[in-house]
Amino acid sequence: MPTPITNIEAIEPKLLPGDLAIWLFIFMELLVFGIFFIIYAVVRIQNIELFNHYQLTLNRELGAANTLLLITSSYFVVRAVHAIKADNIKNCIYWLYGALAGGAGFLILKSWEYVDKFSAGINLSTNTFYMFYLSLTMFHFLHVILGMVILFAIAIKAKRGAYSAQNHLGVETGASYWHMVDLVWIILFPLVYIIR
Amino acid sequence: MKYESQGIAKMYFIAAIALFVGQILFGVTMGLQYVMGDFLFPEIPFNAARMVHTNLLIVWLLFGFMGSAYFLVPEEAERELYAPWLAKLMFWIFLVAGGLTILGYLLVPYARLAELTMNDLLPTMGREFLEQPTITKIGIVIVALAFVFNIGMTVLTGRKTVINLVLLTGLVGLAVFFLFSFYNPDNLVLDKYFWWFVVHLWVEGVWELIMASLLAYVLIKVTGVDREVIEKWLYIIIAMALISGLVGMGHHFFWIGAPAYWQWLGSVFSALEPIPFFMMTLFAFSVVNKRRRDHPNKAAVLWALGTAVMAFLGAGVWGFLHTLAPINYYTHGTQITAAHGHMAFYGAYVMVVLTMISYSMPLMRGKKAANVTAQKLEIRSFWMMTLSMVAITLLLTAAGTMQVYLQRYSAEPLPFMIVQDKLAIFYWLREVAGLIFLSGLFLYIYSFFAKGKEVEFIAEQAE
Repeated sequence: MPTPITNIEAIEPKLLPGDLAIWLFIFMELLVFGIFFIIYAVVRIQNIELFNHYQLTLNRELGAANTLLLITSSYFVVRAVHAIKADNIKNCIYWLYGALAGGAGFLILKSWEYVDKFSAGINLSTNTFYMFYLSLTMFHFLHVILGMVILFAIAIKAKRGAYSAQNHLGVETGASYWHMVDLVWIILFPLVYIIR
Repeated sequence: MKYESQGIAKMYFIAAIALFVGQILFGVTMGLQYVMGDFLFPEIPFNAARMVHTNLLIVWLLFGFMGSAYFLVPEEAERELYAPWLAKLMFWIFLVAGGLTILGYLLVPYARLAELTMNDLLPTMGREFLEQPTITKIGIVIVALAFVFNIGMTVLTGRKTVINLVLLTGLVGLAVFFLFSFYNPDNLVLDKYFWWFVVHLWVEGVWELIMASLLAYVLIKVTGVDREVIEKWLYIIIAMALISGLVGMGHHFFWIGAPAYWQWLGSVFSALEPIPFFMMTLFAFSVVNKRRRDHPNKAAVLWALGTAVMAFLGAGVWGFLHTLAPINYYTHGTQITAAHGHMAFYGAYVMVVLTMISYSMPLMRGKKAANVTAQKLEIRSFWMMTLSMVAITLLLTAAGTMQVYLQRYSAEPLPFMIVQDKLAIFYWLREVAGLIFLSGLFLYIYSFFAKGKEVEFIAEQAE
């Protein structure tokens, strides 16, 4: 006699981790950034000398450090998801704090970069390159903050015992969003700082 | 109706509909003045008619939002309204202040009204849609604060649902952003910034939260679909509305002396503004398709679906038509704007208030739904008003396209007034559509009094 199937997920693995709603949201976020990246590319082709010239004024070392910070932080949320799947709430929270620290590091380095640019008198109206540089990175900056708010909320909920090996949808949902924030930076950094 | 204090909504809705009639009467007057410039001159000059038309719209929508909140919030919070007497008092204060202001517009020249109301002490008058004398503005702030306090206390001391919290956020935003109307910088560009901080952050920001929550509430009620599903939709829609709408404000800063980067930011973000409206349409239809019961109030379901579709068309599509900077370079301030304004306000805000009225009015009159005849008439009025608004929008779009071509694009551009003469045929047809709209509105009002067979409905599941 065949055993009755009690857990659908056991035979049919879910296509997307986390809540479907966050994927709709992620899709729309990527759409926004995607449009921005395409416009950046088109405008760059039309002003190639201007873009190449001012691109050299950006701080690539800080950008590279920030890339490492976000990738590491993304790894930490992966560990947090694994921890909660193993019912290890304490570790899950520690990994989330680690990820938050990565995000905070990113914000600090980025602010330093901005202070440097602003004190040189650069603003959105300086030229088209700086307009894109500032608006793209600042828009991403806001997403890092939002991602951190989400991770923090999850850490607090985890502390209150809201998640477990059976119920970890919330952790996966927040982790998915954080990966998106990371992914956008991984495209943004070479696009604006490196590619010539 | 589960709570007695929900009944307060009724007086707000009646006032809203009465002012709606006034708005449309001035609308058709103005429509005629487009082609017969001296019609009713000097008693009601075009500028006064326009001011009354737009101000009445805002005031009656505010009455509608307040009425909706008073009906919805107690039921969601599962308690009586915090202070029903305050809601009644504010109703009369708002009605009298609004009435006096409109009379002021009509009876004395605007400059005299400014003098009479001592505008020079704190000059706030003279800006489109915010023409109200300073004392009226102060009155609006007092009414809004009392209203937000009343609703806020009801929400905070009762059951907190996503719908209630989103609505409350929208209402607080509505009150807060209005405060920008008290700041009137000398620099004309800065002045426009602050003006848009009220106008844009209302209609493309916090009002969208109000609209989404009202729609979600009615959909829960008429379809019986799980609250959790609807709340998830609500979250995504408002997140997207805010992301696109806040920076999307840039599309108002094209060609007015603001920095050029707004052309990029405004174009990109406002290109995304249709998305939340499109999602609202998907949301409404998917929820109605998944309905777990057939609500006897067919008219309310139709209004809800109509809101989603017309808001997408009017606010989403017609907005997108002219928010890309290179296109707006030609269309800025033409009849294209008027076309968008008409369908967006009707589709998003007029219709969502009428949806709430359609759902709640029978309940406040002690019935589950209006009788068969009344619903039939209401549905007919829905089609009359909606289709004539579609006609108005298409005619103004045609007029606007021709205006752009003749006045700004052709090899030999013509002066404004010459072009206006050439557009007369569109304006005449628009006036006809306007009169059909007015008849639709009268039919709508009549439907509340129509007698007929009561609707039969099958006993339903819980909630």
